[in-house]
Amino acid sequence: MSNGYQIVVLGSVVPDPLQTLEPAQTPQGPGLKNELMLPHVLDPWAAHALYEAASLAAKAPGSKVTLVALGPKAKLQQVMMAVGQKVPFDLVALDGPAGGFTDPHEVAAALAAAVRALPGLDRSRLLLFGGWESASRGAGVTLQLVGERLEITDQFQGVDQLTPGPDGSFEVLERVEGGKHQVSWCGGAPAVLGWATGGLGEPRNNPQIGMANMRGVMPALQKAPPAQVGTGGVEFVSVAVPKALRETRIVKDMSPDEIARELVEWIGQD
Amino acid sequence: MRQLMWRFADRYDLQMLVQSARGVARGPVARLVADGGRNAHEWTARKNELLSHYDASGITAAFMEPEEGGFITGPKNLALALAAFELAWVDAGAATGALAGFLGLSPIHERGTPEQLRHYMSLAAPAKPGEDRAPWRAAFALTEPIPYVGVDTGMLSGKVSVAEWSPGAEPVLQVEKRGRFITNMGFANFVTAAVDTADPRIKSSCLVILEETDPGTFDRGTPTKKLVHQLSSTSDPIFSLRVPASRIVGGYTVKDGVIVPNFDHSQVIEAVFRRTRVTVGVMTSAKLLSAVEPVIRYQRGRFRGAEQAAPGSVRYELGIQQREDALHRLVDVWAAGEAGASLGFATARLFDELDPLERKKDAALAAQGIGGMKATMKWMKALERSALELLELEAHPRGEKQEARIAELRGDELVRFALLDAQANVLCPATKLWNTGVGADFMREAVSLMGGYGITEDCPGFLGQKWMDAQLEATYEGPEAVQRRQLSVTMGNPLFLAQLKAWVRELRHLSGEHPGLGGCVIASAMDLWLWTYRHLERSTDADGVKLVQSPRQGVTFKLADALGWLVASRAQILDAVVLAEEGGAVLGEAHAGTARFFADLCHAQAARTAGEVGRICAELVHGYNRHPSWDAEGRAACWSASDADALEGIIPGLAGCSVDVLTEGAHPDKEGPCASCQGISDFRSLRVKVDGCLTGAMLAKDRAAEALSKVMIPEALDYPL
Repeated sequence: MSNGYQIVVLGSVVPDPLQTLEPAQTPQGPGLKNELMLPHVLDPWAAHALYEAASLAAKAPGSKVTLVALGPKAKLQQVMMAVGQKVPFDLVALDGPAGGFTDPHEVAAALAAAVRALPGLDRSRLLLFGGWESASRGAGVTLQLVGERLEITDQFQGVDQLTPGPDGSFEVLERVEGGKHQVSWCGGAPAVLGWATGGLGEPRNNPQIGMANMRGVMPALQKAPPAQVGTGGVEFVSVAVPKALRETRIVKDMSPDEIARELVEWIGQD
Repeated sequence: MRQLMWRFADRYDLQMLVQSARGVARGPVARLVADGGRNAHEWTARKNELLSHYDASGITAAFMEPEEGGFITGPKNLALALAAFELAWVDAGAATGALAGFLGLSPIHERGTPEQLRHYMSLAAPAKPGEDRAPWRAAFALTEPIPYVGVDTGMLSGKVSVAEWSPGAEPVLQVEKRGRFITNMGFANFVTAAVDTADPRIKSSCLVILEETDPGTFDRGTPTKKLVHQLSSTSDPIFSLRVPASRIVGGYTVKDGVIVPNFDHSQVIEAVFRRTRVTVGVMTSAKLLSAVEPVIRYQRGRFRGAEQAAPGSVRYELGIQQREDALHRLVDVWAAGEAGASLGFATARLFDELDPLERKKDAALAAQGIGGMKATMKWMKALERSALELLELEAHPRGEKQEARIAELRGDELVRFALLDAQANVLCPATKLWNTGVGADFMREAVSLMGGYGITEDCPGFLGQKWMDAQLEATYEGPEAVQRRQLSVTMGNPLFLAQLKAWVRELRHLSGEHPGLGGCVIASAMDLWLWTYRHLERSTDADGVKLVQSPRQGVTFKLADALGWLVASRAQILDAVVLAEEGGAVLGEAHAGTARFFADLCHAQAARTAGEVGRICAELVHGYNRHPSWDAEGRAACWSASDADALEGIIPGLAGCSVDVLTEGAHPDKEGPCASCQGISDFRSLRVKVDGCLTGAMLAKDRAAEALSKVMIPEALDYPL
């Protein structure tokens, strides 16, 4: 297609899932114990969306990818040092909390405002990408709410594949029950696509891409405006991890069949 | 947090490199180690795959300038140290394999002609997008088979001679070199080899570049049967090659029919090792810090699964960490790792500042037409005087006139060079010596904290292998004796000693602003070291032989060891100060607790340092005096019991002055009269002061141990087992 897409990816940081995540009351409200000390990663679902966006942009000349991220500035910077080396993108950063207790409506309002404020925003070329889910908060509504605020009614969730057509339309594969996909055709942008895992592996780090990205990333982080995001008036009386016995077992050299058999056996014990 | 402490928070190029190197280390490198990749001496296909990971991640390009295919502008000492740290966190062999190419390139980088530099750096750079070529890999061939193994630059059996020299044409050289323990030989495309002249038509030794396609023998040799660092390729190569004289590193001139290399091999090596030794030191510190998490996990989970340890019980939750000793020992390991890392990165940063100044110094010498060792030393002496003047002025209260002079001297880049150069000459060998030697000892401690698990192949964090690896790091690029030898020369430089005095003041001042870091402990220990050095300089042993002189390694090497402890502890304290002052923005509510914990680690390390320094200094100050015995002279110095009683009757309390009293002609039951402290009472005062400065150190250790028992760790290591 001519002029390509304007792909805006919404995604932020989450604590590395390997960490011990312990809910705690902080002066800023509920959060995680030592949250700022924990190593963070780009939300895996958002990461899939970002890599798919970059792949689509590479196939559609004239396309541009912008990552809009709301999170603690220091953590965003740390994560950008790795993510910024993987694919080319512009960054728009909002400085605010990114934990599991933030209110999706407030987050959506801040993100939608940031998207609206993007210079040269062209709705006819706009694809709004993000994670179908999130590793910090599984509500799965933020992306939809941003879409609604931007008055984008064509929304797809659980996307694994997007195939652009020559006329600006595109085919979308969405996950449905039973390991199947629903195939949809969309007439064109604007659209919201909440990605599942897609079909791409994580790109390797490329310092040359990183250096090019950083020319925009660092200023974006420096001038990141504070985002007024809270818990939406919800008062958390207490928070606790589910009372589940967590037993991490490190197993080497186990085949998928063996793992599946063991899981089925374990489920059958209940 | 680390970006702040190690001062690269404003360097996104370095932050990216860290992330890249971490990904490679905890991904492909860790998987290879977990799959038993270390169990073969040979350079296997899977080990070779690591090279492409280094290329793709930017580690290979970290050494190059942007115009050569790199992405980091300016000096790269800190960059390489950070990359080494990240890789060695998992496997130091991988770190060595990734960085040895830089060692091979370093002679060209430091002393090569512009043409050599352009040619080989561009060949060694990873392929750009669209390019279809494999980057060239370099190796550095210095060490030779026994008896010439090692880095004694005075001995080389590798030889270079003139093979052909037609009139008007470039000479062709015949190079004969046998290497020993040469890294990267399994795949190197070119080698920078040190050779001595075997021909009157070549004036001196030199380094020469050998390519695998040169005519003659380029035999990679058999793999060395290392018990360590198996993810780097090491072998004993044999070269017998013909190369054009343009391959002499740094070029040459022809004078009276003789080829005169612009740099002999020792000049090149000095420039190379001066920088690359720092990264080796950092590798061992990375091991210590990487050991902390696996040890904590092991200690806490030690009793889980036993009937007596029900979930929720203290025994279940804390395991071995219920007991103080396990925690205290882990604090020691962590503190030593922090100190080593702080020292290594501080030294790397120092070289980053020094490199451009050194080029300016060289330019200034050239502009003034100064050449040759003697003239250069004379010029440097004048520079040192200005630097000493600056230090003297800064040390005392000053008026307007002095302030103007201070500003002038501080603004002089060459004075700055002299100051940093004197520091670098000490900090580089100190990093290599202390980080690796002492680090290896602490690594043993870390392994011991894992019990029998520590010496199994599948110990989490590969601690057993890391312990063994540390010994090679202590040997690489000059074993400990070489570093001690260098320190014994450079630590006596008046400009360094003056800066050491300034560090004492700096630490006292910091202690006022940041109590509880152990700054005063180190300041007092530095005072003790300085006094000891000055005392020994003008002292002789019981036989009248001078103590501070080159052959008396029993004296100078011990002082070097003590100095290593001091500079490491100081670097750690300075980093902890930065964390305390600037960490709030990064750590939020966790800042106060984290800063306190790191301060306690500093204090614990400072106490250990003071103990080591006190012990070494006391041994040296007292140890070279002969102990008095019960000979006539010794007995004459004693009081008789009756005399003592009589004097006590005249002046009560006087008998208390007696050291040894003869009762009925018999002397006390010991070797001889107690040694006098005549002439060293200052030492005793300083020693007592150091001991007094330890006040609170164990409380700090207790606090650190307490914090350690509560520190959150991930559910599992972030790399395979």
